[in-house]
Amino acid sequence: MSGIPHDHYEPKSDGQKWLHKRLPVVGLLYDTLMLPTPKNLNWMWIWGIVLTFTLALQIITGIVLVMHYVPHVDMAFASVEHIMRDVNGGHMIRYFHMNGASLFFVAVYAHIFRGLYYGSYKAPREVTWIIGMLIYLLMMGTAFMGYVLPWGQMSFHGTAVITGLFGAIPFVGESIQTWLLGASAVGQPALNRFFSLHYLMPFIIAGLVIVHIWAFHTTGNNNPTGVEVRRTSKEEAERDTLPFWPYFVIKDLFALAIVLVVFMAVVGFMPNYLGHPDNYIEANALVTPAHIVPEWYFLPFYAILRAFTAEVWVVQLADFVTFGIVDAKFFGVLAMFGAIAVMALAPWLDTSSVRSGRYRPMFKWWFGLLVVDFFVLMWVGARPAEFPYDVISLIASTYWFAYFLVILPLLGIIEKPMTPPTTIEDDFNAHYGKKDGTADAVATPAE
Amino acid sequence: MSHAENTQGTRRDFIYYATAGAGAVVTGAAVWPLVNQMNPSADVLALASIRVDVADVEPGTQITVLWQGKPVFIRRRNPEEIAEARAVDLGALPDANADNANLAADADASDENRALDENGEWLVMMGVCTHLGCVPLGDGAGEFNGWFCPCHGSHYDTAGRIRKGPAPRNLPVPTASFVDETTIQLG
Repeated sequence: MSGIPHDHYEPKSDGQKWLHKRLPVVGLLYDTLMLPTPKNLNWMWIWGIVLTFTLALQIITGIVLVMHYVPHVDMAFASVEHIMRDVNGGHMIRYFHMNGASLFFVAVYAHIFRGLYYGSYKAPREVTWIIGMLIYLLMMGTAFMGYVLPWGQMSFHGTAVITGLFGAIPFVGESIQTWLLGASAVGQPALNRFFSLHYLMPFIIAGLVIVHIWAFHTTGNNNPTGVEVRRTSKEEAERDTLPFWPYFVIKDLFALAIVLVVFMAVVGFMPNYLGHPDNYIEANALVTPAHIVPEWYFLPFYAILRAFTAEVWVVQLADFVTFGIVDAKFFGVLAMFGAIAVMALAPWLDTSSVRSGRYRPMFKWWFGLLVVDFFVLMWVGARPAEFPYDVISLIASTYWFAYFLVILPLLGIIEKPMTPPTTIEDDFNAHYGKKDGTADAVATPAE
Repeated sequence: MSHAENTQGTRRDFIYYATAGAGAVVTGAAVWPLVNQMNPSADVLALASIRVDVADVEPGTQITVLWQGKPVFIRRRNPEEIAEARAVDLGALPDANADNANLAADADASDENRALDENGEWLVMMGVCTHLGCVPLGDGAGEFNGWFCPCHGSHYDTAGRIRKGPAPRNLPVPTASFVDETTIQLG
């Protein structure tokens, strides 16, 4: 199925031949595992494995948590406390699930910014990129609905705020919000359906992950040079690549082990560090927590949502030209979803002929600024909506949009990129080969 | 193309469109109940009105009651609050509409149109910020001494009208009336 020439599975024994004729599943797994992978992949290419592991972790811990959880407004909070105090090892399983969500987003943001720097989104990998963005959206939906289930103060009022985003849509917003909540306010219907969907969506994500992998197995992996694997012959392809198993599997598992050391330390020693104490107070419709903040992984987009208030001239202009249909509230919602939409459109906004940021001297700086911008937005999203944070969030939000809508298209025209190496093999030898640049030192398959 | 073939084609086309049309209708009929089940159920819609005893509410204090799953603020304002609310120039309000379910939809946002009684002592309104639905803090909070929403910084004045911040509308006044001297009926 891959376009890169390589050896395929050959059934040997009679049993293998018998099965292969009827269901070539072993061949499918073999070709998937033995995929020729660019041999110059660096450590930023390990997040896919981390993400796959985390998805499995979340599904497995989630399934066992459901065995003890009760999705009812009167019992949800108590049943979570029951898991924490009474269920054998329940506190540990819940802490894994809770912090697993954070690990998931750490990994996905690293994975996304990797793609943005090395131009992994560019042709011919646009479909991989778009599917990845869909997975990211589903992850955010799943994480949000999961956060509602413990029925704490943050769960409750966070739900009111997030479903309120849909209420901002002109004309139909209120009906949509009522439809989502199953009532005019957050209550039993909302809790019940969020529970149902929170259980469903990880399986949709798992399905999309398979399509994501299928897509980049067809185009081949990107790599730090952005240069394509040679496909003219199997010999040339083999000089640019190594099979995924065992070389990259072992490397990725090593990286996963390191990541998990940090993760286990957080789960074991500071499991509530990334949470909010308010969520250990049972939901109360009459009192909103004094300082309502979403989980850290939503903060950058939350900051963009809050940045566009009625005092900003762009908002006033939008209000004026649409005759008040796009008011400040709806503008904020559009900006928040737009921030993700412009990222999804990166393959068509980036006009540069060079794929990897490594060979783009100007792009490097703008990209670095985008990473800083992301953290600034994350920081400012957790601060109260007052001076100077409102000004900072407005500047940071503007840069986010400017990067995708102005800088990426313009850089392709004004920037003079360096020349990437002609082949991955050249790059590999330059980094890891013998001093004289011959290919002998290349990690020859240990057979 | 002969006449006979042409006729046959037309009949095939007809069957094709009829089948596709019927398929679309059947799919819609099958999907709609799955969508509609998420709308509020009958018991949720059966919204009983409630009566609130306000005999113990002193001037300058407020109570919050839960009605239809949402908080409702009932404030007994003192003379300073009433004076402050009535002194406001209506032109300075972001939302010039009364947002009062007991009045016509185009009533202006004067304090008289916001309060429940003639003297303006009683102010009854939904305790749900019109921005994104948080519960604002009361008892003189915010820059206009009325209510302040901690989520995104919306300031409401002593008549519950939006004055500053991202919220687009005044806190809505629900259908409410005095059934006797000390009891307010909501709904």
